[in-house]
Amino acid sequence: MSDDPLETGGHRRAGQIAFALGFVVLAVVLVALLGDQTVWKNKVKFFAQPRFWPAVGVIGMAVFGALHLKHLPRCRLSRYDLREARVWFEAVEYALWFLVYVWVVPIAGYLPTTLVFAPLLTWRLGYRSRKMLWISVIFAVVVVVVFKSVLQVKIPGGLVYEYLPGGLRSFFILNF
Amino acid sequence: MDLIFSSLDILACWDVVLALLVGSVGGVLIGAIPGVGPAVAIAILLPATFSMDPIVGLTVLLGIYGSSMYGGSIPAILINTPGTAVNALTTYDGYPMTTRGEARRAIALAYSSSFFGGIFSVICLILFAPVLAKIAPMFGSREIFLAALLGIILVVTAHHRQTLIAAALAGFGIWLNTIGLEPVKYTKRYTFDQSWLSGGVNLIVVVLGLFALSQAFILLQGEDEKVRLTKLRGSFFQGFRELARHPRVAGVSATFGVIMGMVPGVGEFTAQFMSYTYARKTSKRPEDFGHGSSEGLIAAETANNAVPAAAMVPLLALGIPGEALTAMMLSVFYVHNVIPGPGLFQNRMDFVVALYIALLILNVLVLVFLLMATNQLIKVVKIPNRFLGMCVLVLSFVGVYSLRNSATDCALAAGFGVLGFVLKRLNLPIVPIILGMVLGGIMEVKLRAGMARVKTPFDFIDRPIAMILFIMIVLVLILHFRRVWRDYKQRKAKQWSTSHASISFATTMYRRRNFLLKARGRKVRGKRSRYYPRSTGKN
Repeated sequence: MSDDPLETGGHRRAGQIAFALGFVVLAVVLVALLGDQTVWKNKVKFFAQPRFWPAVGVIGMAVFGALHLKHLPRCRLSRYDLREARVWFEAVEYALWFLVYVWVVPIAGYLPTTLVFAPLLTWRLGYRSRKMLWISVIFAVVVVVVFKSVLQVKIPGGLVYEYLPGGLRSFFILNF
Repeated sequence: MDLIFSSLDILACWDVVLALLVGSVGGVLIGAIPGVGPAVAIAILLPATFSMDPIVGLTVLLGIYGSSMYGGSIPAILINTPGTAVNALTTYDGYPMTTRGEARRAIALAYSSSFFGGIFSVICLILFAPVLAKIAPMFGSREIFLAALLGIILVVTAHHRQTLIAAALAGFGIWLNTIGLEPVKYTKRYTFDQSWLSGGVNLIVVVLGLFALSQAFILLQGEDEKVRLTKLRGSFFQGFRELARHPRVAGVSATFGVIMGMVPGVGEFTAQFMSYTYARKTSKRPEDFGHGSSEGLIAAETANNAVPAAAMVPLLALGIPGEALTAMMLSVFYVHNVIPGPGLFQNRMDFVVALYIALLILNVLVLVFLLMATNQLIKVVKIPNRFLGMCVLVLSFVGVYSLRNSATDCALAAGFGVLGFVLKRLNLPIVPIILGMVLGGIMEVKLRAGMARVKTPFDFIDRPIAMILFIMIVLVLILHFRRVWRDYKQRKAKQWSTSHASISFATTMYRRRNFLLKARGRKVRGKRSRYYPRSTGKN
């Protein structure tokens, strides 16, 4: 690494060709769909056409994306690119965790779901100590109380709260 | 004076006082935790601020923006890991000072420089506000379009050696903003006949995905690092004394911060780069830079803290955000039907000055908090990265889901989170996407309005401000292409100086064949020219 803090280095990174290729393919598909997905209106000025700005966006993506791809250091896809692609898919696992959390909250309620989700994900990350699991539980409670009870952000009550007795039901729907 | 009193009147309520405290302390904490940063915090808190008064919501967000850089300098100096991205330059001089056993001196210097930068910029802008109020009404649709265009060009060209992909990603942002029903003719654009795309792609969903969720994925996928902290003893006041010995570096760096902050799309990095270069060139000991120079630390910290207040100028005066954080704040204005732009400076000047005074108070609060609580605060650096990732993921849910209670929004945000994760892994810029979305929308509306009364292309730039902006755009492009040409020349010269003949068998054979063909060709041409001399046209 350079000692000079103002110097920026440009070297090849694993996965950059795969990303650039994917980006250009997406841009070309969007350019091809421009006529189908946007409308050209008669008697409307060129700059006010509904098609004008999507065209600026997708043509910009295609042209600059292709130039970026052309300027990348030329070399074949290697096992490092494959390894990088595998790392990208690791993020998909956590995206799925997030989506399951989103799916369960309206059913089981915000507080119960967060109380299960936070320690479970902490466990999945490899923390096995009681201390960390308890910290995750406390964190879950604090988040729900601060955002739902104090700041009153719009998160609906869970379906399971309907089975709670009268006063408790409305208390839980409003605060947890 | 009346203006200042009416501005203080706006701030004199408990909600604002609480917002100032939460913003300043929260911002410092967020800044001090490496891997979170103000963009993640602002993205998560954005929907929560929609239910607050505009001044309260903006004070919290501004507080986080302005104070995170103070906190970010702590891990940059103590463990060589910048708390926020803009503290990266602080590590070059701050950490070597820590290794020399001067951690307290470095932190004290960072606090005092940050404080000076913050206060200097706010005072400059309070004094500058009446001038802005006179200039802002001169901006019509054409001028705002040109200013937005200049902003997007600057954002793209600021990404040195990544200009092409930055331009492509800005195009992606412009395209994202056009998805849904077009607001004038009500025609569908890229909806693929899906009802959930008719309303368009929400900016906050994209912001939360690209900044918060992607950061959570980065933390969750990464490894925990063992951190060893240096114990800090003694007072932090000595930093002011040392800062006073370098008034020139501090003053010039703060000025760079103010100027660069006001130019849309430029921001902290350019301000720091210019200040650091200036400090190194004018220093008596330039060799110390990068090895624990106090001047280098002052230049970096003063410049980056002078930017937040200045960055509010294009947002408030023209309604044009210059970078991602102010783009997020723009949505707070729109939710409360307060439209930033020339009208705000004409009709709500007290509101503008109130925001600046809030920033001034904020800087004082942050400094007091840091002087008292640094030893306790540095413990947050020890939070394990992957656990922090879990926390960011749980908090991101609040940000996305509370917006419209829509699972589709969450799925979209998760998709953008994965995209942001890939971009961060590849070290590609995210900000052009956000500014493409925001400035693309502004440009579409303003170009349509501006072209309505234009007959020839020259009419578009016949007003003085429009002409100045047009000249600036041309200048920026010329300077950029000049730099690209110079880089190309340098790269070629380097290639020629280091290139050597390949030793692979295929290349050797190829070169041999070429030589034989050339040698044979030369021989044949020589023979032919001897027997069949060329016609001179005289015969």
